Amino acid sequence: MLIRPPADIPSSEITPEALYVNRRDFLGRAAGALAAASIGGAALAATARAQGDDDKPNTYEDITTYNNFYEFGTDKSDPAENAKGFKTRPWTVKVDGMVKKPAEYQIEDFLKPHKLEDRVYRHRCVEAWSMVIPWQGIPMAEVIKRFDPLPSAKFVQFQTLLDPQRMPGQQRAVLQWPYTEGLRLDEAMHPLAMFGTGIYGKTLLPQNGAPLRTIIPWKYGFKATKSIVRITFTDTMPRTTWNLAAPNEYGFYANVNPEVDHPRWTQSKERRIGEFRRRATLMFNGYPAVASLYRGMDLRANY
Amino acid sequence: MPVPASISPAAPIVPFTLPLKLPPKVAAFQPPKWTRWVVHVACFLLVAGSAGVTLSDLFLGTRILGANPIKEGEHLLGEWTLRMLMITLFVTPIRQLTGWNWLQKYRRIFGVWAFVLGCTHLLAWAVLDVELDWGDIQTDIMKRWYITIGMAAWLLMLPLAVTSTAGMVKRLGKKWVPLHKLIYPIVVLGCIHFFMAVKKDYEDAIIFAAFFAGLFAWRLFMWWRKRATAARAAAPARAAA
Repeated sequence: MLIRPPADIPSSEITPEALYVNRRDFLGRAAGALAAASIGGAALAATARAQGDDDKPNTYEDITTYNNFYEFGTDKSDPAENAKGFKTRPWTVKVDGMVKKPAEYQIEDFLKPHKLEDRVYRHRCVEAWSMVIPWQGIPMAEVIKRFDPLPSAKFVQFQTLLDPQRMPGQQRAVLQWPYTEGLRLDEAMHPLAMFGTGIYGKTLLPQNGAPLRTIIPWKYGFKATKSIVRITFTDTMPRTTWNLAAPNEYGFYANVNPEVDHPRWTQSKERRIGEFRRRATLMFNGYPAVASLYRGMDLRANY
Repeated sequence: MPVPASISPAAPIVPFTLPLKLPPKVAAFQPPKWTRWVVHVACFLLVAGSAGVTLSDLFLGTRILGANPIKEGEHLLGEWTLRMLMITLFVTPIRQLTGWNWLQKYRRIFGVWAFVLGCTHLLAWAVLDVELDWGDIQTDIMKRWYITIGMAAWLLMLPLAVTSTAGMVKRLGKKWVPLHKLIYPIVVLGCIHFFMAVKKDYEDAIIFAAFFAGLFAWRLFMWWRKRATAARAAAPARAAA
């Protein structure tokens, strides 16, 4: 299946890749011999760093107690506290919209045809902290192929459960519930994107988005949708929760980009949880393979 | 003309009361001097405790503040700065409502510790958070309004801290009180700084602002009450003339 980027990007917005592949950070870190490296070299080095040994996974405790999941409260420690006893069985996921096989799946049936994979990804929060997380899950592309979206489908939208009784954070209108996020279909089909079901080989805990969440490692964490109950294929760009809440601060794309600051803080650096000094933030969170998805786009305008 | 009550603790309470009847002052009671040291030690423990848990999480591996002690500690110190300013502003209303005039002796101590907390909050940000990266600090102060405002609030605290010694109080005389009214713009800036720093959940910031609004309202009420009392006192005199 061939999926093209939407045709609504004017060619006037075409930016040479060199401008958005971040190289300054790399140059700062690399030895002097590499100082004159070409852009291609920088991209390769970023890949090398992505596999480097300075990305030690965070502890299970850090990953499961420091969470942004406003459905369970707005403090980082709230979700671990308030999600205790949250039942993730039975759980239904509705697949609808521009898809050949719209259906409601029991979570077991949703997952059954796929083999779980273990992948260690960097996780970069828009608040300038980061972690390294050993996820378990299934490639998003496999699942989407199975649902068989119509050729007219250009976007996929994810929705979190709406149940203020079980998700006490939803009793306050901090955000517009239910939490809704979305991806362009070609982003969702990228081999790096996945549905997460576990961490460190253990079944996902509710504070991390059980039983089913998205993982898009080159985007800020808020692009992920947790405790998903609905997946909708559409031809229009979905409205997304944080974009509705503060459109000047949170865009639809939300690609990790050290050169585009959040209005209230710099995105060029991040604090890896467990580390004392900040480290440089990498373009696309150090996953340059996704750059081709955004070729020709002005990433400053499409933040 | 009587000196306004806010200037001199010895000012007489207005003889008759409008809406609210206030108790007479307990002028005779003088707390022993060492109680001031108790207040100092308590405030010191608060600062040392907040800074201490942050550093202990960072360097001793405790998990009192959770996974991100730098951010949490920074926020903790910022919130305590606002709380200590609030305590400072609570002294006068409590004194007026209870007649415990001796409370006034501790007001300046609370104010000084609010400044110390403000300094540790600023230090936590500059040293631990942005790692004394002058480029980042400069950009933040110039470009991020909430940091500009926070810095302004801290700068306004400087002249108040400097003039908080007994010697300076004496030297400034009647100018001391008007100068220290700077605490009002300081808390307003502090609240704005808090509101702007929050991502989306404004609950805590609203609670702080509500308390401060209440403290401001009380002062407005007392100001109005004094004026109305003075007007009433003047009215019969005019009628008699």
